Order: sequence, then C-alpha cells, then structure tokens
Amino acid sequence: MNGTDLWTIATIIGMACVTVITRSFFYISSKPWKLPAWAQRGLHYAPIAALSAVVIPEIVMTQGHLIDSWKDARLFAVATGVLWFYWRKGVLGTIIAGMAVYLPLHLSLGW
Amino acid sequence: MFDGAQVLPGIAAWGLMTGVAMVKSGLSTIEATLMAVLVFAGSAQLAAMPLIAAGAPMWVILATAFCVNLRFVVFSVHIRPYVMHLPLWRRLLGGYLMADLSYVLFTSRFPHPGEDDATRQAQEAYAFGNGVLNWVSWVGMGLVGIALANSVPSSWGLGFAGILALVGILCSLATTRLRMVSGGVAGAAAVAAFALPLKLNILVAIASAVALCLLLEKSRPRAQP
Repeated sequence: MNGTDLWTIATIIGMACVTVITRSFFYISSKPWKLPAWAQRGLHYAPIAALSAVVIPEIVMTQGHLIDSWKDARLFAVATGVLWFYWRKGVLGTIIAGMAVYLPLHLSLGW
Repeated sequence: MFDGAQVLPGIAAWGLMTGVAMVKSGLSTIEATLMAVLVFAGSAQLAAMPLIAAGAPMWVILATAFCVNLRFVVFSVHIRPYVMHLPLWRRLLGGYLMADLSYVLFTSRFPHPGEDDATRQAQEAYAFGNGVLNWVSWVGMGLVGIALANSVPSSWGLGFAGILALVGILCSLATTRLRMVSGGVAGAAAVAAFALPLKLNILVAIASAVALCLLLEKSRPRAQP
C-alpha cells in the first residue's frame, strides 16, 4: 500500500491546475465586459451565503443526515463561539472558546 | 494582516486534519505532500481522495475537483474588477491564493475596487499577504499532519477548529438584516440539498440566497445590502 505512481502525481498536478482555473475563472480573459447591475448587487450577498453553505452542514449534519439529538458537542461549541464573538469580538477567541467546549464534550462524553 | 492572523489556528487545525486524512486514504507520503503543497483546496482534496484510492479515471477526478470548486468561479466574478489592471500571471497567482477565507476577508475589507494606484496597491498587498499567510499555514500544518498521520486520531475532531474560524467570520459578515437572511437561507438550502452530488448543494445555496435577497431588496427599496 501507499506506493507512489506517476498517474497519481499527474492527477495531483491536474488538480492544482483546476484550483487555478476555477479561482481565476472570470479574470483569465482580459476582454472587457461588465456584469449587469442586478448581478453586481447580488454579489453583496454571495460571501456570507457561500460561507454559510459550507459551514452549516458541518455543524448540524452527520454522514449526510440531519442530527436528531441535542447531545452533539458541535452545537454547544458553536453556541459558545457565537456568544464569545458578540461579547468580545475577534475570531481567535471564537475558536478558542468553542474548542474549549468542544474537546471535553467530544472526548470525554463522546457527544 | 491582523484579520488573517486571527483565523490561522482554525486553518492550521484544518490543514493538519486534511494531511492526516490524505495519508489514511492511502496516498503515499510523496503524493500527499505534493497534494498539500500544490492543490491548496481542502474540499477538493477531500473529495478526490476516495476517487484516487478507487482508481477512478483522471478526468472523473478532475471534473469532481472542478465541481467542488465551482463556488470559486462565483468568487472570481466578484474579484474581477479588482484585478483586471494586473498582468495575467499576477491574476493567476492571485486567483490561486484566493481561497474561501481570503475571499471573504478581502471583500469585507474592501467593498469596492480601488480607483487609484495607491488603493489598488494596498488591496493587492492585502490580498497577497493574506493569501500567502493562509497558504503557508495550510501547507505547513498539512505536512505536519502527513508526518504525524498515525499518531493523531481523526476521532479527536481537531478539524472542528476550522469550522469555528468560519463561524467567527460568518458572524462578522452578518452586518445587515438582508445579509443575515442570505446566510440563513444559504445554510438551510445547503442542508436541504445536501444529497446532490459533487457538493453542488453549495452552489444551489448561494444561488437561492442571492436570488431571494435581490427579491427582498426590490420589495423594500431602502434595505441595505
């Protein structure tokens, strides 16, 4: 197991190209075009939507299913993190406060 | 720089767990190292691992990575006016470094593209500094994860620190009521559409949240974006 082969290396290099292409997609070509005004406005809502779409399933789902128990360390950790954020501001504190709740619940109680 | 430094522990923990996962999925040390250093896209890496392990055709793996990365295509529309004055290679380098967090931090720090050279330079410096910091901590901790793969059990759930970093950023973005609506709708839609393949639920979530907010904006013309 765990042998290196050229095919996998080529695939990995291909994936790196995919990273560059998707992230630069609309600024690879320098032909001038302008986004319609409604789309321009819509982009105000895109960052929070993208982030929320990535984050929320990671908090309330397990293996593709909505969790059905409140005994989940993630819920308490996120609640703590959010409270911390609005109390003190700052993302670092959010991470630390959240993990301080998450790790004991997760490791000792198995939530 | 300070914005970016704050989320580093989250990115670091996430990079670490992705490094561990790559080795556990059966990639060799060289392959896992190369993937951590070059690909720099956590969700695409996680999606590709089982496919590589199963010996799927290369085009299937690349197409999967592309679909999982589709949200970056949306981001690139947004970033375009900020970077079009730069030469192509600088745009491509900037694009490569523009991961989720860099994009979110950048657009909330600079809501409008620079009009003059000084502002543009400041924006480019911010984006580049954040991107490099992000890359170094992701790759660095990925390598640590690869080295420690057999002594850091994934059951500890250290990767959750990455989610908490995103939660913090999410709170900092929720500055107007419509943005909160956008986040709420996108989160619910992403859960509801979770069964879609290739993480397309994220794209569906962005589209439905943005569409709904545009409609609400129209019906309440004074609302702040």
